[in-house]
Amino acid sequence: MEILVYGTINSVSLALMGLGFAMVYGISRVPNFAHGALYIICGFVTWTLFQIVGLSYFVAIILSLCVNGILGMSMYRFVLIRVRGMSISEIIASYAIGLVILEGLRFGGFRGMTYTLPVFMEGSLMIGGVPVDYHRVVMTIIGVALVAGLWVFTHYTRIGLALQGMAQDERAAMMLGIDSDFMAMVAMGFGAVLAGVAAILILPLGNIVVESGYHVLIMSIAVCIVGGLGSWMGAFFAAFIIGYAQILTVVYIGSHFQMVVAILAIILTLILKPSGLFGQQKELEERV
Amino acid sequence: MSTQKLRKERIDRGIKVRSDGLYALMSLRELSYLTLPRFVLIAGMLSLPFLMPDMYWQRVISIVCIYAILALSFDFLAHYVGLVSLGGAFFIGTGGYVAGILNSYYGIPPVLTVPLAAIIGGAICTLMLLPCLPLKGVYFAIVTLMYPLFMARIIEAFDLFGGTDGLAGIDSFSSAFAEQYLVICTVLIFLFGLRRFVTTDMGLIFTAVMDNDQAVKASGINITKYKALAVFIASSAGCMAGACLTHIYMWSGISQFALDFSILPIAATVIGGAGTLAGPVLGCFILVPVSELLRDFGTLRIVFYASVLVGFILFRSDGIMVFMQRKYEQFERWTKI
Repeated sequence: MEILVYGTINSVSLALMGLGFAMVYGISRVPNFAHGALYIICGFVTWTLFQIVGLSYFVAIILSLCVNGILGMSMYRFVLIRVRGMSISEIIASYAIGLVILEGLRFGGFRGMTYTLPVFMEGSLMIGGVPVDYHRVVMTIIGVALVAGLWVFTHYTRIGLALQGMAQDERAAMMLGIDSDFMAMVAMGFGAVLAGVAAILILPLGNIVVESGYHVLIMSIAVCIVGGLGSWMGAFFAAFIIGYAQILTVVYIGSHFQMVVAILAIILTLILKPSGLFGQQKELEERV
Repeated sequence: MSTQKLRKERIDRGIKVRSDGLYALMSLRELSYLTLPRFVLIAGMLSLPFLMPDMYWQRVISIVCIYAILALSFDFLAHYVGLVSLGGAFFIGTGGYVAGILNSYYGIPPVLTVPLAAIIGGAICTLMLLPCLPLKGVYFAIVTLMYPLFMARIIEAFDLFGGTDGLAGIDSFSSAFAEQYLVICTVLIFLFGLRRFVTTDMGLIFTAVMDNDQAVKASGINITKYKALAVFIASSAGCMAGACLTHIYMWSGISQFALDFSILPIAATVIGGAGTLAGPVLGCFILVPVSELLRDFGTLRIVFYASVLVGFILFRSDGIMVFMQRKYEQFERWTKI
């Protein structure tokens, strides 16, 4: 029972981490290696607004999500747009931006154990004999709701459909009057906001540390690769596979191996089936 | 206000044209035009240990050369074989650990561990990367980025080879000069060797694999074999650099799998000029000393070279080496349109 409950919670938090990455890659084909940095910076912006500026927690969250969205969009507009289509330059450039943000934060003095965000609700309840605090429950519910909401958004709204059209065939979408650069920018903004949402939901469970930026990046890559790059429903299912696998290894082998599982999942998936579980890419494109 | 329409045209210098062919042998001037850049590089690198004022900067030279070897191997793999490996740290770490194990467990002296580490480490890296060779582009990049992290976690989790403490008490090179000349000569040998190698028939196959692997496969050439060979060349270079690093610091540990070794060579390659082989070496000679100067500021140096990297990717994607080569071989003038 414990495995089931904590496995689900872990899976949802992985899905939250990976969703933004999967969305950006799915739509604009940009592997956003600054994802972890966006996640962390959202945490620190919220912390600054809440603790130093003294805004109410809710306003601080909304503001920092906006900041994150703008950051993501400007990252695309001013940097990534110039290397669009050159996948390696995209990786290097976005990774370098991520490094600048993360190491800049570390240099700026954001390290140590003093940065925490408050949880939404105190207290805990019992699920099947396992104590779970309210925050994790809220996180799980919001996470699932977010996935459902995204599904509705991409299937029933104009802008969502445009994003989906671009993901399927960029050139055809351009012919139908969809501005692909603008849409990619929007997607990048959404990805950044999703990273921020993940940060705000997950970070209150622990301290905000710069290192977890790298951790989040690896986890989101793991989720997206296993699920198939570009397919974010795949990413959601893959999150459950990796999430349970991680909890099982923690219970039966040891917590040292938690990260090994994720990295092993990436390597094995890429070796055995590079398009992932639900990948939409043709085999030939990525493999000879 | 009348605007005169001008454009810049570039024309090869006469001496460049003359020295292109066999006629270069006819006069000393053409000969020296051809050999000057190479001579400046070789003489400059060989005299570096004498020019540096103190022990600290002499150590920096060794570090520069180690990064230069890594950058060379990255450039070779990425721009002559088409395999973009973000895992320089994987090569360094493997080579470093192999050298450390050979030295501290079996007592083999550094003279032997460095070449042994190059061969054994190269073989290990190639074997581990073998299943990933069919991957292309982003996929290969991601998988190679994960390998060093994976190795570090495995060593940490299983507490192998000294675990998080690493292997201490490894022999150093016999003298500072031996150490510096070893790495300097290695850089020069790899640089000129690879430049020569990419123009041979086998180099041609590598380039063809990069351009159109399907066509190469269709001509009955086993591309996996060639890719494996290329990975072996690049990874044994990287492992050799790692072995030198281990002996220089008399220590090998998990931090050899750190990110620095993956990202700095790439930055150097982009800055120096991708695909020129000499460019990455040049890039290392610019980047590493500056990042050493910034060492007091802690992580600021990573911020520094990451931002330089972004700047170069965006605005000067052909790099310094290409720019210098253009200045050396061509002159520019304004012409009316």
